Amino acid sequence: MANIKELAKQPEGLSGGHRLCAGCGASIVVRQVLMGTKDPVVVGSATGCLEVATTIYPYTAWKIPFIHNAFENVAATISGVETAYRALKKKGKIKKDIKFVAFGGDGGTYDIGLQSLSGALERGHNFVYVCYDNGAYMNTGIQRSSATPKGASTTTTPAGEASYGKVQLRKDLTSIVAAHHIPYVAQASASHWNDLITKAEKAFKVDGPAFLNVISMCHRGWRFPQQDTIKISKLAVETGFWPLIEIENGMWKFNYKPKERKPVVEFLKPQGRFKHLFKEENRHILDEIQKDIDNNWARLEHFCEAGCKVT
Amino acid sequence: MTKKIPLTGDQAVAYAMKQIDPDVVAAYPITPQTAIVMSFSNYVANGQVSTEIIAVESEHSAMSACVGAAAAGARTMTATSANGLALMWEIVYIAASTRLPIVMPVVNRALSGPINIHCDHSDTMGARDSGWIQIYCENAQEVYENTILAVRVAEHKKILLPVMVCQDGFITSHGVEGVEVFEDKKVKDFIGEYKPDSPLLDIDNPSTYGPLDLQDYYFEHKRQEAEAMRSALDAIPEILKEFEKQFGTKYDFIETYKLDDAEIVIVVLSSTAGTVKFVVDELRQRGIKAGLLRPRIFRPFPKEKIINALKKAKAVAILDRSDSFSAEGGPLYTEIKAALYDLDIKPIMVNYIYGLGGRDIFPADINKVFEDLQKTVAAKFTLPKVNYLGSRE
Amino acid sequence: MTERKKCWREIPIGGKITEAGNAVKYNTGSWRTFRPQKNEKKCINCLFCWIYCPDSSIKVEDDKMAGFDYGHCKGCGICASVCPVKCIDMIKEEK
Repeated sequence: MANIKELAKQPEGLSGGHRLCAGCGASIVVRQVLMGTKDPVVVGSATGCLEVATTIYPYTAWKIPFIHNAFENVAATISGVETAYRALKKKGKIKKDIKFVAFGGDGGTYDIGLQSLSGALERGHNFVYVCYDNGAYMNTGIQRSSATPKGASTTTTPAGEASYGKVQLRKDLTSIVAAHHIPYVAQASASHWNDLITKAEKAFKVDGPAFLNVISMCHRGWRFPQQDTIKISKLAVETGFWPLIEIENGMWKFNYKPKERKPVVEFLKPQGRFKHLFKEENRHILDEIQKDIDNNWARLEHFCEAGCKVT
Repeated sequence: MTKKIPLTGDQAVAYAMKQIDPDVVAAYPITPQTAIVMSFSNYVANGQVSTEIIAVESEHSAMSACVGAAAAGARTMTATSANGLALMWEIVYIAASTRLPIVMPVVNRALSGPINIHCDHSDTMGARDSGWIQIYCENAQEVYENTILAVRVAEHKKILLPVMVCQDGFITSHGVEGVEVFEDKKVKDFIGEYKPDSPLLDIDNPSTYGPLDLQDYYFEHKRQEAEAMRSALDAIPEILKEFEKQFGTKYDFIETYKLDDAEIVIVVLSSTAGTVKFVVDELRQRGIKAGLLRPRIFRPFPKEKIINALKKAKAVAILDRSDSFSAEGGPLYTEIKAALYDLDIKPIMVNYIYGLGGRDIFPADINKVFEDLQKTVAAKFTLPKVNYLGSRE
Repeated sequence: MTERKKCWREIPIGGKITEAGNAVKYNTGSWRTFRPQKNEKKCINCLFCWIYCPDSSIKVEDDKMAGFDYGHCKGCGICASVCPVKCIDMIKEEK
């Protein structure tokens, strides 16, 4: 459990003066993740909003070591950094304990960077990978990704007379990562900061790769008022759109279960990207989305129960 | 004391890597480079090096991990060929522009498609403007020595650019030669310790690597890269002098063979030079003034040395083992021709594209080129500027 | 902000930035159309505004919410939205 007053005493890795949009979820996620360790941290980032907005030459918002290489290779890049650290530590050239974290958006993680991520996880580097998942290529102007939810209107799956937006289901990256049998995998949301920071602590602590899939709100792409960033992410959790789970050494666990799951429309309704679904002809899509969420919830409950039995 | 041991070109690289003992190696196997990765993995497995090896899942990740490791402050190496180099393309440029002194032996192989595993230079010639230094080796001995040399070149403070050490696929990489190897300690002393400037792992002085660089500074960073490549022309001779002092081998940007009084000259890279020397000797016995110029370092381009070597010749055939479709010939030809453009009196220059996809080149082919040059000099006929040597008509 | 831009000889090579966190010199406060303002009497110092601020623009001193960093606050209004006692108002900036 994190104590907010204690956290506020720690130095921060990211400064103000970066150029993410007002009300962006990504920097909230980054700040909270970095609160998960007191050790020195080296940060890697995939190309994306976070990277371009925090390092516009000659300025950097990073008060800690930072490396960006390209879009699809932050996992491979950080595995090089982490290996160099082990090599130099072995030779006595580095004394301190250092942690490594890679940030990638859903584009750089679910899609173009999936191979690089999978390789780094399989090789077992000691690092934390954080996907800040805002469900589309926001940096290039809201194009669909494999993390885009069904029914969302994006600039490459626009809703129109003959389209209700994205047709396909989101890829379940958390399960894909869990299938690498790494020590720690979790889903988190910045709205539940205590849960997120606790998960970041665990992720930094384990020996080997850890992965955090964190929902990251983008009011530009999701079309909601910028001050509602945390409100919307809370709704993602409360409706079961974004379950707060963890998979620790293969054991699946719910970290939070709403007393009563709210209907998913409460998450969808305030967002302009789903506006067209509330037209009469698209109502059935809303039902399908609700059913998808119910199914996923049931699947997770099944995994969690099975996991408990194994212990 | 040096000793002579039988090594293939690939093994010669691995042996040099063992003596260099880099902090990090990230590599992915590809024919005909595979033996480098396998041999080196054996050195790691047997504790003969202290290197941390990253067995990545692709060449793209190999170069990505090298960028991470080198930025972190580790002496870093990898190796590749053809399609592997093509897959890492994006990051090849990033490695150079981030000014990371990565050393990469490249076993030259034809770039697909159609897929082919044999030698030509289309892979590294495509990367000639990536900001990497390129050294082309004639044989396994040179491969061994240049791999050691490359570490010093890459890490020189006035250079700080990555280096490709190129050898011909199969011809050199899989042919066994007696290679004179140096004492471990002498190699260690020569390469010294790598001292990076503001590495990523200097957590007390945090640096940001790889920022977004827009209209206001990108050009300046590219200019720095261009100037570094230029200053390599001055810095490399110093390193070569030290190399000679330490190991006794004298190298230059170019190798000349019976060139001083040569009237007809062939310019060629890498292993084909061996065949050309054989033919030159034959022609010289018949009183024909033939000669050879072999550029050893293609990047930085040793323009002045090449001009001086060729300016007295009457006709020069430049042999390219890669094509530049519809350009004024292959890359070696266009660059050398451009270099000689400002001379008042310049030799006739023609281009031969040869050996694509590992097509053998025989002394008879080389003889034909020299005969063409003789006829041209005697004004008996005008050669087409670009010729295909060994392709069936 | 009309500094002379440096030439290629004057900047570190490779695009490296060696002045960590120098983005603080970049004033994103100018983006703001609404300015957060705190009602001191109502604030319970829960620091939720601090933990949710995307711009690290909530000052904390001695465990207490100590005001806003107007040099960097972009005026998104998240702090006002998450405040459990509604002690932050968003006031339109005067030009």
